[in-house]
Amino acid sequence: MNPDLHLWIIPLLPLAGAAINGVLGKRFSRAVVSSVALLFCGAAFAMALWVVSQFSSLTLPHTEFLATWIRAGNFQVDFSFYLDQLSLIMLLIVTGVGFLIHIYSVGYMWDDAGFYRFFAYMNLFMFFMLTLVLAANYLLMFIGWEGVGLASYLLIGFWFTKDSAASAGMKAFIVNRIGDFGFLIALFLIIQHFGSLDFNTVFQSVAPIAPETAGAGLLTTIALLLLVGACGKSAQIPLYVWLPDAMEGPTPVSALIHAATMVTAGVYMISRSHVIFERAPSALTVVAIIGTLTAIFAASIGIVQTDIKKVLAYSTISQLGYMFLACGVAAFSAGIFHLMTHAFFKGLLFLAAGSVIHGLGGEQDMRRMGGLRTKIPWTFWTMTAATFAIAGIPPFAGFFSKDEILWRAYQASWIYWLIGLFTAFLTSFYMFRLWFMTFFGEYRGELESSHGHEHADDASRAGVPAPHEHGHGSIHESPKVMLVPLVILAVLSVVGGWVGVPGSLGGNNTFDKFLGPVFRATAPDVNSNHASPGEAAPPEKQTEGTEPKTGHGTELAFTGISVFAALFGLYLAWLLYLRRPQLPQQIARSLGGFYDTVLNKYYVDEFYATMFVKPLVDGSRAILWHGIDQGVIDAAVDSSADGARDASDTLRRMQSGNVRSYAGWVTIGAAAVIAYMIWVALR
Amino acid sequence: MLHLILFSVFGLICAAAAVNLLVQSHPINSALSLVVVMGSLAVEYLLLGAEFLAAVQVIVYAGAIMVLFVFVIMLLNAGREAQTKGSRVSLVIGIPGMLIGSVLMAWILILHSGTGSVEAGALPGPPREIAQLLFHQFLLPFEVTSILVLIAIMGAVVLAARPEALQRTEGKN
Amino acid sequence: MVPVSYYLVLSGFLFACGVTGFLIKRNIITIFMSIELMLNGVNLSFVAFAAQWHQLSGQVFVFFVMVVAAAEAAVGLAIIIAVYRTRETLNVDQVNLLKL
Repeated sequence: MNPDLHLWIIPLLPLAGAAINGVLGKRFSRAVVSSVALLFCGAAFAMALWVVSQFSSLTLPHTEFLATWIRAGNFQVDFSFYLDQLSLIMLLIVTGVGFLIHIYSVGYMWDDAGFYRFFAYMNLFMFFMLTLVLAANYLLMFIGWEGVGLASYLLIGFWFTKDSAASAGMKAFIVNRIGDFGFLIALFLIIQHFGSLDFNTVFQSVAPIAPETAGAGLLTTIALLLLVGACGKSAQIPLYVWLPDAMEGPTPVSALIHAATMVTAGVYMISRSHVIFERAPSALTVVAIIGTLTAIFAASIGIVQTDIKKVLAYSTISQLGYMFLACGVAAFSAGIFHLMTHAFFKGLLFLAAGSVIHGLGGEQDMRRMGGLRTKIPWTFWTMTAATFAIAGIPPFAGFFSKDEILWRAYQASWIYWLIGLFTAFLTSFYMFRLWFMTFFGEYRGELESSHGHEHADDASRAGVPAPHEHGHGSIHESPKVMLVPLVILAVLSVVGGWVGVPGSLGGNNTFDKFLGPVFRATAPDVNSNHASPGEAAPPEKQTEGTEPKTGHGTELAFTGISVFAALFGLYLAWLLYLRRPQLPQQIARSLGGFYDTVLNKYYVDEFYATMFVKPLVDGSRAILWHGIDQGVIDAAVDSSADGARDASDTLRRMQSGNVRSYAGWVTIGAAAVIAYMIWVALR
Repeated sequence: MLHLILFSVFGLICAAAAVNLLVQSHPINSALSLVVVMGSLAVEYLLLGAEFLAAVQVIVYAGAIMVLFVFVIMLLNAGREAQTKGSRVSLVIGIPGMLIGSVLMAWILILHSGTGSVEAGALPGPPREIAQLLFHQFLLPFEVTSILVLIAIMGAVVLAARPEALQRTEGKN
Repeated sequence: MVPVSYYLVLSGFLFACGVTGFLIKRNIITIFMSIELMLNGVNLSFVAFAAQWHQLSGQVFVFFVMVVAAAEAAVGLAIIIAVYRTRETLNVDQVNLLKL
């Protein structure tokens, strides 16, 4: 019995909020705007909870058909929605964390002139993201995919009067488009070979195909193209360059879009397409390699950043690399687990950073922070929870998810594990570096710590964008509306990992039990003597639930090593940033050129600019603009107008006013008529 | 035979007079040439048996219309034509046009006019028969033409009237 | 027995003279007379064809042509008089105010 849950209402609720706020918001007061936005977002979350309550009565996967969209011959695409454990988890993350961030934004954006516009865009984003996760076919998912890119562009460039923000928005959109191109080609291939974009149809058609172990084939191509799309959306090498620039947007945007939800769309998409990926081992390897490289690459850049949001941006890229690594070794549920915990602690990190920035009146440079833990205690404690979570220190959330990924990575190849471990160390290091620089030590900024007189030019002295200064002039804690989401997320960062405690530590790994069936249902052909890297039953069974005793010891050993790495990172950060603060300078000087390279993000942006951007812009200017647009199209129109004018100029001369010339014209006309009549008669 | 001779003689007179009309520079000379053309055409009609038409030609054309022309020339004191330079178009385009038309017509006529020939007095003649046609078959065109003439009279009166004469009639109303 | 074509040639010649006069003459009245010449040429060809087919309708048509020519001559001369009054000239090249 398959009840109709009216899933289509879930995305439409925030759309209604976006429409109301977008059209009428200018006339509403801020209270009304925020109520509308929170109401619709909260309603979506409430409905998601209701779906959870109904979940056990469904047959899975649960598809709901709303309307037919495209029907062209045999090819049909519908507006239909899909619910299984994977989309349920994504649904809860998106609506739950989204709702908390909406609440936070009410406080953060209160003094901004574009208040209603912000909430319209945020609700619009929620609509597209929910469409993405609930879609039952690739095309509807692609709509959501494109739509979140659009919302991201609108929100990154929210303070569009600032050049850097506008350019950052454009950069994000364009780099995303490159990825989308790959996605589209993959969709075309799927249509061509499987005749449909519907998940059920495609996956059932793909399931009987044997894995392509012997090199590249159709499925590998499709998988790699899907990967291109995922790299664009989830900021992996080589399409990650937009994410650090996206920090130009308001901090809630960074939290929601570039930490918790949009950037995870790539991971979701790969997990959803696991049927295809599992049958293309080379593609999976590529996924894993890209994930690993991105993880360590971004982490290495993160350790030298001075802007608090940039550190978190690179951290996001790095953690996404972990998720890709997990998918690449076919540990899809581990990847999703990390996605969930990451949404909690990264969202919290960004919100808390926003709270710090808000408290300092717009300051984002960590070198001008310090000693804030007594001044903004709530922010401090919540950020501490998030920092410990991301560093992977038990029993916080990140520990369990990251550890599971590392363990599964080791089972594929020890190289993955080693690099992943080193990256975990770097993660811990730069996060605690951030923690120490922000909250401990001496305050290195220029604001006063108690209620002092107004410093009207704080922002200009601090050298940060004006948009967030609001002239309080003193370090202060954020209002409750901003703190409550922080606390909720902090609690989740602590306990969120406890649903996935692996068997080796005595837990039940409920998460994997819950999500596992999605991936195991179509695992490629389960003979016991296969060499597929697919999520085959045997290794899974060994690491959870009713456990055999083998494997536990190794697993515990590895767990211990990763905890040690995390703690070593903590120690090193303490050493360099609290105990002997002059040490980092000396190290940087001694590393010289290498340090500069890392500081400049390995000059990747400059490389892209010279290799791709500049030739494209110059070529477009010369060929497309001057050459075609001005030379051909404009010239065609202009010359036809000129031609008409010249022709009429010539014809005008007939009106000479001279009677005899008229006589001449009459005569020749008569002769022409006579000639024609004779010709007709003779024919 | 006689028919041919008469036709040629009067045809030549007609053509010469037409050319003379072109050649003369004083309009009165051209008018008189035109009278000669009309007269010789009347003879041609006679040769073809159209007596009524010949009479009408002499009475209406040569007797009324040409007289009207001569009166106007006299009234307006038209002198010799001045040699002003007019339009190039009329000469450059008009003359060739005329030539083309004429040559085409001549060619067609000579090649394709068939073997018909007319004898003298070929047309059935009595005016009674013309009257029959005029008042039975062509009654409508006849009436319309009479109205046309009426309008022409009124138009000519109005156009040629002196301006103060017109004002006087309007003032009276 | 004169072939019809002779009459037609004569008629065409008259017409051509009329057109030429229409083109090269500068006095308005002379131009008008050329128009009358053209009409006469056409009349002759009508009568010639009527004689060839032994029909009277051709004659009747010529009759109508003459009537219309008379009306036209009357109105046209009245116009010439009006133009002379305003422009004081009979030279058609000087009646050129309608040029652009």
